[in-house]
Amino acid sequence: MKPIYQRPKSLKQVVTHYCPGCTHGIAHRLLAEVIDELGIQGKTIGVASVGCSVFAYNYIDVDFQQAAHGRAPAVATGIKRVLPDRIVFTYQGDGDLASIGAAEIVHAAARGENITVIFINNAIYGMTGGQMAPTSLLGQKTTTSPAGRDARAQGYPLRVSELIATIEGARYVARFSLHNPQNIQRAKQGIKKAFSNQIEGKGFSMVELLSTCSTNWGLSPQNALKWLEENMLPVYPLGEFKGKEGE
Amino acid sequence: MSEPVLMKGNEAIAEAAIRAGCRFFFGYPITPQNEIPEYMSKRLPEVGGVFLQAESEVSSINMVYGAAGAGGRVLISSSSPGISLMQEGISYLAGSELPCVIVNMSRGGPGLGGIQPSQADYFQATKGGGHGDYRLIVYGPATIQEACNLMMKAFDVADKYRNPVMVLGDGMIGQMMEPVVFPDTSEVRLPEKPWATTGNEGRKSNLISSIILDPEELDAHNWRLQEKYNRIRENEVMYEVAHGDDSEWFLVAYGTVARICRKVMEQARKNGVKVGLIRPITLWPFPDKAFKDVVHKAKGFLCVEMSTGQMVEDVRLAVNGKAPVYFYGRTGGAVPNPKSVEKRLYEMISGKTPVVSDYWEKRGGGAAE
Repeated sequence: MKPIYQRPKSLKQVVTHYCPGCTHGIAHRLLAEVIDELGIQGKTIGVASVGCSVFAYNYIDVDFQQAAHGRAPAVATGIKRVLPDRIVFTYQGDGDLASIGAAEIVHAAARGENITVIFINNAIYGMTGGQMAPTSLLGQKTTTSPAGRDARAQGYPLRVSELIATIEGARYVARFSLHNPQNIQRAKQGIKKAFSNQIEGKGFSMVELLSTCSTNWGLSPQNALKWLEENMLPVYPLGEFKGKEGE
Repeated sequence: MSEPVLMKGNEAIAEAAIRAGCRFFFGYPITPQNEIPEYMSKRLPEVGGVFLQAESEVSSINMVYGAAGAGGRVLISSSSPGISLMQEGISYLAGSELPCVIVNMSRGGPGLGGIQPSQADYFQATKGGGHGDYRLIVYGPATIQEACNLMMKAFDVADKYRNPVMVLGDGMIGQMMEPVVFPDTSEVRLPEKPWATTGNEGRKSNLISSIILDPEELDAHNWRLQEKYNRIRENEVMYEVAHGDDSEWFLVAYGTVARICRKVMEQARKNGVKVGLIRPITLWPFPDKAFKDVVHKAKGFLCVEMSTGQMVEDVRLAVNGKAPVYFYGRTGGAVPNPKSVEKRLYEMISGKTPVVSDYWEKRGGGAAE
């Protein structure tokens, strides 16, 4: 009998600390599937960032370094420059990548650093308890924008993928969503491309994954998926902004 | 041994690092240390290494973290304001126990300050600098030859203890030229680093991290670090004592200022005054022993610094009230001249200058003259 669905080898068999309904689990699984399918587990080094995914190394079975807040692309750069034949990826949330780490991600892309970046965008700070992120939507209520994000006082949501796609050194930049199976499958193909590019030495690749945070959004897991679809997709359109096939 | 070559301090330090097997450099421009990255940008590619100018000091120290964690022999250099920006990363390096060498060609502060020599980063270098309970091993070279020798030693010591090491120079050490002889390093062999994140092929996954949320575990981690620091205290202290046998009065200084104090000491001895010099070479661990050995017969210690008085606190701790401690300092890029130090020395001997404990109230110790 041939199994058609099983735990990826690169995914540890442990209970995660993630909240019920959180899409980090889906993103981790996709990552592990891609690592398995490309046969790169033994030569991959992950960089965990500060945020809910700080313990990613407890779940994905590869060598890991834990980076200071926002600095994952710099840490990954250091690793890759010492070990250019290894596969190095960062896994960062929107507070980490789009706020405190904005300089690091821009310059890693500008250098065309041959690394893969997985960017989890759930429009909020998860681990610290639901504060406003640079990616929070206008009108979105968070613990630090209790009346809803007001553009006059708190500015506008940052579209990081569109920004990074303008940088010459970026090879592949795409945004996917994890709110339903069809989009999850597309996301997996994007992640695979981002890793294949690195294997082929093509340079900087970033995949943004629209994700949910039921706990801090104050919604049930099901309603969180619905909220993502209805509210985030119009602000954060899906697609490959740079590095489409044939480009 | 090679022939002596005349080199600028910053360039000699960079060459020493390469000869010590350093193959990775990350940095960001800042005066007065720019010759180090400039030299590295030319030399490292010649030896198959990597030079990378980062977008900021914050980024560069985190590149060092990644590179050190991947097993590389890594150097980073900067000057005071840049070193301040690196403190978070240095704390992470210490917490994750990663080896690297950090050069601080310090300049006058606080804030943007100036670009002339200073020793005002002593506290930052020796007392932790960043957050948390940690220590750097800190060398304070007084000549370019010593800076080269210590650079080479620094990489080995960093690897031995898996700890960041700082070479604390100043604008003077970086900018002046002196003849230097590079030791033979053809035998340099880098140690195995089985803990490095190089890919888990054929072994369990490695992890470089400093997050420990369980209080009991973090407590244990901190005490284990302290055990390591105690081993460093036992094994790595370096200092020089000149004329310790017959002296009653002691000048205390490190780095550039120690050169000036040596001149003052020599002149005073010609005049028949029994003056010695204590020169800490490791600023951390501080050479308490140098003071313990002479304090029973010492009449006074005059600590001279290019700061308003930082190392003098460690001198007072080492002397522990058994003899008076005096201070003289210049700041902001002003270098104490031998005449001023000499004047302070004779004031100490004749009882005309306040001891440090009174100094802070009377503000009498260090004003410019």
